[in-house]
Amino acid sequence: MLKKLALAGVVSLMGTTAWSACAFENTVEVKSLSAGFEAWKAVTDAMAECGNVQAELDQEFRTKQPAAFEANPSLYHIGGVSNGTVTPLLNSGTIRPLDDLVAKYGGHLQPNQLIKIDGKVMAVAMMVNTQHLMYREDILSDLDIAVPTTWDEVYAAADKIKAAGVVDYPLGATMKSGWNLAQEFVNMYPGFGGALFNDDNTAAVNNDAGVKALETMKAGMPYMDPEVLVSDSTYVQQQFQQGKIAMANLWASRGGAMDDEAESTVVGKVKMAAAPLAMEGGAPATTLWWDGIVIAKNITDEEADAAFRVAMEGMDEEMVKANNDAAIWLVKGFQPGPLSEGAIATATASPAAPAYPSTSRMGLMHTVLGNEIPAFLTGDRDAAATLVAIEEAYTTSAKEAGVLK
Amino acid sequence: MKFKTFATFVGPSVVMMILFIALPLISVFFESFKVTQPIMQQVEVETCTPGFTGQTCVTSVKTIPVIGDDGKVETVTQWQGLESYRSVLQMEKVWAAIGSGNWSDILQIDFWKALRFTMMFTLLTLPLVIGVGLLIALTVNNAAKSFKGPVIFISLLPFIITPVIGSLSIYWLFVGDGILTAMMERWTGTNISMFAQAWTIELLMYFYRVWHVAPFAFVIFYAGLQSVNMDTLESAVIDGASRLQRLRHVIIPHLMPLIVFIALIHLMDCYRVFEEIVGFRSQAHVISLQWLTYDFLVPDDAGNRAVSRASASAMLTMIGIVLLLIWPLRRTWKEHRGGAH
Repeated sequence: MLKKLALAGVVSLMGTTAWSACAFENTVEVKSLSAGFEAWKAVTDAMAECGNVQAELDQEFRTKQPAAFEANPSLYHIGGVSNGTVTPLLNSGTIRPLDDLVAKYGGHLQPNQLIKIDGKVMAVAMMVNTQHLMYREDILSDLDIAVPTTWDEVYAAADKIKAAGVVDYPLGATMKSGWNLAQEFVNMYPGFGGALFNDDNTAAVNNDAGVKALETMKAGMPYMDPEVLVSDSTYVQQQFQQGKIAMANLWASRGGAMDDEAESTVVGKVKMAAAPLAMEGGAPATTLWWDGIVIAKNITDEEADAAFRVAMEGMDEEMVKANNDAAIWLVKGFQPGPLSEGAIATATASPAAPAYPSTSRMGLMHTVLGNEIPAFLTGDRDAAATLVAIEEAYTTSAKEAGVLK
Repeated sequence: MKFKTFATFVGPSVVMMILFIALPLISVFFESFKVTQPIMQQVEVETCTPGFTGQTCVTSVKTIPVIGDDGKVETVTQWQGLESYRSVLQMEKVWAAIGSGNWSDILQIDFWKALRFTMMFTLLTLPLVIGVGLLIALTVNNAAKSFKGPVIFISLLPFIITPVIGSLSIYWLFVGDGILTAMMERWTGTNISMFAQAWTIELLMYFYRVWHVAPFAFVIFYAGLQSVNMDTLESAVIDGASRLQRLRHVIIPHLMPLIVFIALIHLMDCYRVFEEIVGFRSQAHVISLQWLTYDFLVPDDAGNRAVSRASASAMLTMIGIVLLLIWPLRRTWKEHRGGAH
């Protein structure tokens, strides 16, 4: 979900024979492929303590994983996935059910960590993630602004901050055209009560909620950096760290970086709140995500056994205690701190924000949204025409992918 | 040369060209008329995902691929004629736009938007590259001998940089409060955002490409300048020809075959413009044909990729290059025949 430029992908290989903090000595070679953000680093480091573990952390993992797991034997034993990227693995049947392994080695797991598809455990989640409101508490209290709870309030607050001129831009946003921008729409549109699809898999965005979602996204642009269409999560994180913006609807997994004294000039000043509502009485305009592990199908049972044990070591209480603020962990032992307040408020809101609806058709829709919405934001096309273009482009893609007849 | 010697020399590269250029091209050609789809089924699936207080289980009807007995997704491949070309070109929308007089609507279609930029990029940078290359070559040629070495070295540097790295550097220099933007802001006293609108991005792209490729033209021209007929040049001086006249009537005709050669290479390279789009993250404002093909090919989160449309768009790109190259190729061919004895 933290898609970066292909070239900036971080690959780090760690082969280690030390098994100091691991409960057992692993003798089977285990390889893992996951995203490269902080939480994965913590988990794979803990896995490596068991020995014979090679962890690859790569932000472009999602393009590699489906093909790598399809090979026989699979190129990796453990896959780090999110609810978005698990879909191709589930669809092609390249990951194995984990019920037996959970019964054998997963006694310490919390029941809500088990991701069940049709009753079978297919993945074990370790953390949740969501986009929620981050704000500079000092600026808001100086200007006597209450913490915004709806997008209208966010823009009203942004107006005051702009007038006060205390930061370069009142708002930051992950609106880089492509995946990030599409995600903003996927957050906003259900917030207005919209459903993306009809039952027959055809697109259903061309409606009132669609227009409102687009208009609300555009309404924020006067308060943002004019170059917002190139800004991704890392860019927004840096804008926060350098004190250039005052508010943003940003990933919870980026929260820890705000208090990183080596990078941040605003340590302790950024607070988290629930994702703003798009309309009164609606759900927070965001989606819920989880990150976790899967085990490849095309490996021997022995290897799967070892891989699962190693993964469990990586996701144990000890690791969470050492890295409490790296993520919003689902693992036992997690102490929710101030950094996780916003995410918890978002997830426990009533009505709660929906989980990201990952399916084949959603993948197609996401790409189409990312390609078609920029023309609206740059003013080349109005909202109605954009929604028509989205539906047309989706129909073309869905027909080619076999989702639509 | 004996045929056998000739064959031994050329053989390896012919084999490589067949293997890595001809065969893939043929397969892309066929791929563009086919579509391979997984067989989909509608299944009711219960998915349980974690919340903070417990699990949320949702039962929904999902469209998922059928997995065969061999454990692989079952697919079906069909010939579909020109369907992929149709969905890339969207001619019915183009005709509608022309019919209603709203020409700008054509540029809302990805392919035509990409073609507009690709053509403009190719044709605008061509004269600039040749002009700047020639200028550097003439300057270096007239420079004092002791300077020549270092000057040649420095002028060649931009060409050595990997295009992706070069475009990323430009992006970082100009994005947000990049060093150069900050400098321009100080001079002008206004807030400058180079990546906020299409024209500034395009300007940076032209600048970057000329900066990057001009050294190539320079090296070729510089070599050509060494073989200018000094007698002709001297007689031109005696006849009272000015510097400009000598350039126009002696040097440029002498360099003409090289100019055509550079035009040939540049058209081919430029039509495949890609690095600038990715490096500058300009997708919201500017896209190119090669980027379009790439975008079709990149799998989304659910693993879908539009191989058929990517193949069609690749074939269209190739047709475009061939059309562009007809003029310089014919010229070279004529010269070649004229020069052969």
